[in-house]
Amino acid sequence: MRTSDLIQALCLAGALLGAPAVAFGDAPRRVVSMNLCTDQLAMLLADAGQLVSVSRIASDPRSSAMADQAAAYPANSGLAEEVFLMQPDLVVAGSYTARASVDMLERLGIPVIRFKPAASLPQVRDRIVQMGNALGHSARADQMVTRFDSQLAAFTAEATVHPRAALYYANGYTSGDQTLAGQILMTAGLDNIAAEAGFEAGGVIPLEVLAMAQPDTVITSAPYPGASRSEEVQRHPVIEDLRRSRPDAALTDSDWVCGTPFVLEAIADMVALRKSLEGQSP
Amino acid sequence: MTRLALVLVTLTATLFVASLLVGPAGIGAGDSLRALLWGDGGPLTLVMREIRLPRALLALMIGGSLGLAGAAMQGYLRNPLADPGLIGVSGSAALGAVLALQTGLAAAYYFALPLAAIGGALVGVFLVLALAGPRGSSLTLILAGIAISALAAALTSLVLNLSPNPFAANEIVFWMMGSLADRSMVHVWIALPLIVLGTLALATLARGLDALTLGEDAAQALGIHLTRLRLTLVFGTAAVVGASTAVAGAIGFVGLVVPHLLRPFVGAQPGRLLWASAFGGACMLLAADIVVRVILPARDLKLGVVTALIGAPLFLHLIYRTRREGI
Repeated sequence: MRTSDLIQALCLAGALLGAPAVAFGDAPRRVVSMNLCTDQLAMLLADAGQLVSVSRIASDPRSSAMADQAAAYPANSGLAEEVFLMQPDLVVAGSYTARASVDMLERLGIPVIRFKPAASLPQVRDRIVQMGNALGHSARADQMVTRFDSQLAAFTAEATVHPRAALYYANGYTSGDQTLAGQILMTAGLDNIAAEAGFEAGGVIPLEVLAMAQPDTVITSAPYPGASRSEEVQRHPVIEDLRRSRPDAALTDSDWVCGTPFVLEAIADMVALRKSLEGQSP
Repeated sequence: MTRLALVLVTLTATLFVASLLVGPAGIGAGDSLRALLWGDGGPLTLVMREIRLPRALLALMIGGSLGLAGAAMQGYLRNPLADPGLIGVSGSAALGAVLALQTGLAAAYYFALPLAAIGGALVGVFLVLALAGPRGSSLTLILAGIAISALAAALTSLVLNLSPNPFAANEIVFWMMGSLADRSMVHVWIALPLIVLGTLALATLARGLDALTLGEDAAQALGIHLTRLRLTLVFGTAAVVGASTAVAGAIGFVGLVVPHLLRPFVGAQPGRLLWASAFGGACMLLAADIVVRVILPARDLKLGVVTALIGAPLFLHLIYRTRREGI
């Protein structure tokens, strides 16, 4: 009797308080995510049934760290029409995903929250908090941030020797210190060749410049199926020569691309790489 | 005659050395050549032997191939508009190469890539010759070329778009415009044997092409076997253009511009034009590859952009002149 009264009172209070601040009071009940990174944050933080759909790429194990979980959700292709028909009361999207579709959904009156891509580890925390607020699970998000911070602290301040590494993706692209990938390297105690060569963000590092920098190792990405000239450059004889000390130094895209707690696994991989390089150097 | 040879050989050698000295790493000329020739096991040798040397060698081989193929086709068709790029041979070769790459054949067999490109080039040459005929007008030749180029380009784009590889579709521009960026000695060894074979085949055509200027009957009277000449031309052209396209994409206009510029210097003799165009083509591509590296060092400007900027106005001029002469 008393319990039900209490619930009734809380509901009433919630309704009264919630009226002026809808975004905080009412958790959205039908959320559609349209971006690989928001997909993963939403799957980590949402209640069962709260998340209605994630993007198609979220169930691709090459790109997504949560491919198995994502397979349980209906997939969307980022088209305004299909997302609208899912009747979401909130859409979460990346700030650069399918802009035309996202703009149209807003014009149709659906609330949209845009998430900027994380370019640093502090921004990963921000995104987790932002998703917590969006889904009405701030407390859950705070717990996740606390866990993230403590695991992150375990990595920092243990490196004494800093081997010099270069990230080398398809088309000769590399990442500097002002990127998430650059910060993963830095946290793991590896010095970044891209920073030495003057790259703050990402850019194409000429093969010659990379060869002259003589990194201790070159970290490449795993090739996609089918052939491409863009990826062929990662197997250039010069790269193979630079990689001879650790020919298997590779990054798993799924842990690196998104600002989610999975970057901790990327850091752990790079710490292991650093230790193996230290073991080799005289 | 010998003066022309001297000029062309000197120019080719100069451009070859210049090509070795241009690059984003900014190394002194003396150091570069010393590292290339003697090798110190350091990063400089790596850059010179594995990045710049293959690039310069490929420009030399491929430019020579395209110039030679252009001169041979123009001699045989007696038409100054014949160029492997314009008449769709390079485009068909690119289609063959892309098919070999995307089906996985190129990864499985060492020579699958150039052989598939040569297969594509053969189909292209056969189609052009069948459609335009040995004495077809310029108009039929160019129309046949446009049709084959368009079809090959569409199929190449389709194959690359269907590829499961997310980078493949962006490489349509490489296959259409050509580039020598980040090639290695592996590519030199893939292309070299077939380019040598094709060049030797095309070099035997000199006497036949000279005789052909007198007309087919006169050429036959002089003991030229026309069917054999035609087959040698088809297979020689397909070999050099196919092997070139397999490693560098379709580079247009070299085979058009070079024979046109050099024709006055060889007394308009198609036989002598062959070797002159081979050297001239090497010069043009070496120069174009230096230009793309000087203008945009880190951007991989495509070679076809430069060759088309030089070649397309000349092509327009040739069309204008051909029309005026009422051919």
